[in-house]
Amino acid sequence: MRLTFHIWRQPNTGAPGKMERYESANMNPDMSMLEALDVLNEELMGKGTEPVVFEHDCREGICGSCGFMINGVAHGPQSKTTVCQLTLRHFKDGEELYLEPWRANSFPVLKDLMVDRSAFDRIIAAGGYVSVPAGSPQDANALLIPKTEADRAMDAAACIGCGACVAACPNASASLFTGAKISHLGLLPQGQPERNERALRMVRQMNGEGFGQCGNIGECEAVCPKGITLENIARMNADFLKASVCERPKSGAAEDAA
Amino acid sequence: MKLDSRIPGGPIETAWDRCRFENKLVNPANKRKYEVIVVGSGLAGGSAAATLGELGYNVKCFCFQDSPRRAHSIAAQGGINAAKNYQNDGDSIYRLFYDTVKGGDFRAREYNVYRLAQNSVNIIDQAVAQGVPFAREYGGTLANRSFGGAQVSRTFYARGQTGQQLLLGAYQGLERQIDAGRVTMFPRTEMLDLVVIDGKARGIITRNLVTGAIETHVADAVILGTGGYGNVYYLSTNAKGSNCTAIWRAYKRGAAFGNPCFTQIHPTCIPVSGDYQSKLTLMSESLRNDGRIWVPLKQGDKRSPSQIPENERDYYLERRYPSFGNLVPRDVASRNAKAVCDEGRGVGETALGVYLDFGASIQRLGEDKIRERYGNLFEMYQRITDENPYKVPMRIYPAIHYTMGGLWVDYQLQSTIPGLFVIGEANFSDHGANRLGASALMQGLSDGYFIVPYTLGNYLAGTQLDKVSDSAPEFQAALSGVQDRTKQFLNINGSRTVDSFHRELGKIMWDECGMARTAQGLESAISRIQSLREEFWQNVKVLGKNEEINQSLEKAGRVADFFELGELMCRDALTRNESCGGHFREEYQTPDGEAMRDDDNFSHASAWEYQGDNVTPVLHKEQLEFHYVHPSQRSYK
Ligand SMILES: Cc1cc2nc3c(=O)[nH]c(=O)nc-3n(C[C@H](O)[C@H](O)[C@H](O)COP(=O)(O)OP(=O)(O)OC[C@H]3O[C@@H](n4cnc5c(N)ncnc54)[C@H](O)[C@@H]3O)c2cc1C
Ligand code: FES
Repeated sequence: MRLTFHIWRQPNTGAPGKMERYESANMNPDMSMLEALDVLNEELMGKGTEPVVFEHDCREGICGSCGFMINGVAHGPQSKTTVCQLTLRHFKDGEELYLEPWRANSFPVLKDLMVDRSAFDRIIAAGGYVSVPAGSPQDANALLIPKTEADRAMDAAACIGCGACVAACPNASASLFTGAKISHLGLLPQGQPERNERALRMVRQMNGEGFGQCGNIGECEAVCPKGITLENIARMNADFLKASVCERPKSGAAEDAA
Repeated sequence: MKLDSRIPGGPIETAWDRCRFENKLVNPANKRKYEVIVVGSGLAGGSAAATLGELGYNVKCFCFQDSPRRAHSIAAQGGINAAKNYQNDGDSIYRLFYDTVKGGDFRAREYNVYRLAQNSVNIIDQAVAQGVPFAREYGGTLANRSFGGAQVSRTFYARGQTGQQLLLGAYQGLERQIDAGRVTMFPRTEMLDLVVIDGKARGIITRNLVTGAIETHVADAVILGTGGYGNVYYLSTNAKGSNCTAIWRAYKRGAAFGNPCFTQIHPTCIPVSGDYQSKLTLMSESLRNDGRIWVPLKQGDKRSPSQIPENERDYYLERRYPSFGNLVPRDVASRNAKAVCDEGRGVGETALGVYLDFGASIQRLGEDKIRERYGNLFEMYQRITDENPYKVPMRIYPAIHYTMGGLWVDYQLQSTIPGLFVIGEANFSDHGANRLGASALMQGLSDGYFIVPYTLGNYLAGTQLDKVSDSAPEFQAALSGVQDRTKQFLNINGSRTVDSFHRELGKIMWDECGMARTAQGLESAISRIQSLREEFWQNVKVLGKNEEINQSLEKAGRVADFFELGELMCRDALTRNESCGGHFREEYQTPDGEAMRDDDNFSHASAWEYQGDNVTPVLHKEQLEFHYVHPSQRSYK
């Protein structure tokens, strides 16, 4: 199988980048897209050209490392599939493919198809957790959680943090990512004590990172490899609104005690 | 080198309690004066870094991925064991302990395993408190399933994403400490050497994978939670970045390497489809509950499976092991698959595969029931192979999955270098010669949340630690060593890529140090690895420079270490003249082809001590004693 690749090459964040054209006749429909790039890279190195840099690790669709645009679509044409699990069966012999990194101000390109998604970690650090120290919890079954609630929390928790939602959004909003974590914890009893504080801090951090506003367009949901739904954004907005209304200055006494 | 396991002795049930009581404590006000390095952010490293930060230590945590949340633990599917006995089916801490010692084929330390079983209970409590969304029953209690041939139902799970959810729990705890300023995170940073001063671990040398900066980090103690080394085989179920560099560098600085040849091969993976293959995908073991494994009776039978009539099929596991059938343990299932393929009865284009057939179950239970149980797995199989397993039997083949071996540690999880602790898959403890399903997640979290936070305190409180700085000659020597090596890779300018060497090494390891091993094969492997390594250092091609993102350079360093480790694995396999767990030496089998353990001569853990490059390492033995579970032959007939 023969494919033509047009790939974004950029040596580092500061430098300009451009599309380069490469051809390979050694493609096979059973290969994954990343294996196709492996083969292409071996060919490039044979000719003394530096290999294309792309992020990957598990190659099983779960770590969230991989991801780039294929012909303008985040993670390419197959729904609910990351590029590491996308096989070349979805392309025709002789097809031309355009591979580009996620494009968003908050995700600077580091090199070629690799971007910096550390803003996601900082959003989680701003409250995307339950403050429970190791060693002190009660017996796990002392807390009964209805199966339907647990299942909905799990639907939200399935986010792999790949960033496709941001890349697909015309406003480069991170609402689906942030909403998924706020929902996961907000749907569970363990997440209640810090629910307001969490919504306020995480949303403010998200905005502070420079992600755009959600315009309810739904491109994020369409490309999400884990099927995270827009409902999570609605929950985030509701929690944020409620928390904003209820927000009071923290009492100094409580601060001192902490 | 003297191996002191520091087992507390006395009754096993109270050993850990006594140890914790006898361990010295660090005064809370003094904790922030200590600098602790944690390399790794998986279940082991992530949970340790979060817990130590919470206790008040100054923690630096490192990982090579762009975020700590992407550590390889994220890929674990099936579940995590715990002796909660929520199902009231007769489980207990003692039973989990017993199953683990027996499952490990009597090659693990009893006291460690007992403590693991005790901690398992706290892990589930901890995870639930963090908001890990485990599967639940309609009444709101936690659900369980049985796993890996256990007779009780003790596995907790979150759909097929248990590792992901547990890791996100630990990661969120870690981010909380980062937010609080107690942990500094260094993502995209790779540890390339360990620094030992006055015989104690005092820091590491790292490379920033974005800028190429090679840097020093000083500490009072170093904890490695850097995962397993299955990628020495090139093809494995591990994530592509998983590597041995951190533990290998520590080995070369004096940490003994325990049981390097003990590797686990998982029987149900999707077979290799071509020589471009970059990794192997695991299909959950649970499939063996309803799938029947078979190959054609005749050699080279190329008919499609539906055209092969019942009486020309060989359901070889059911035939050979009538009482366990398709549910025999991982090592037995894997070896038998290899045997039928070696006889020329394998299926698929490469003839390296066997059928896992759901036809009978679909007939008996209906397609809906099967979809309900395994729908997502069937989907994944179809996505990769383009075959519909509801209609055509799946094809599966064994693949490298886990390494029981790792750095040797004592009961306090300290290596033979004081101040160097090793946790999770990176150490050799707990699983002996074979790991039971759903026990790795348990071990990683037990080590990180509940063991190393106590034992580290004991070390710090009881050790005179002089102030050191990175101007110390040991730091400077290690730093220039790393710089020189990096330059060397870039200057060789040969004609073969790193991957092509890695593939060739992997093939040697798989053929000679994989599912079945012989003295002759291992000897030949050692000499082939040596000459391939020589060629590597003369002919590898690494383009680009150090001061940039350079994935070939990263890989070159990892593969260079895999060469050396691969050789040690073969050496270890060669000296262990018995078959046990995942280690099967063809010379040591019963007349009907079962593994033959030799307790009189090999009831020990091997611990290898580095002696210098191209010098044969020295083998030390930690004799294992069994006071509670008496060694018996495993039989699944
Ligand atoms: C496909 C698959 C499914 C599995 N399913 C199960 C299951 O269902 N149940 C179960 O119990 N077990 C399962 N296992 C095994 C289990 O997932 C692993 O053994 C376990 O997660 C290892 O955790 P860890 O913390 O020790 O290491 P890892 O999670 O591998 O983490 C290693 C960390 O070290 C870092 N690191 C490594 N080297 C360096 C370096 N040189 N410098 C800096 N950082 C470094 C990495 O960045 C990473 O953060 C599965 C394994 C696989 C492959
Ligand atoms: S490489 Fe892990 S999700 Fe693709």
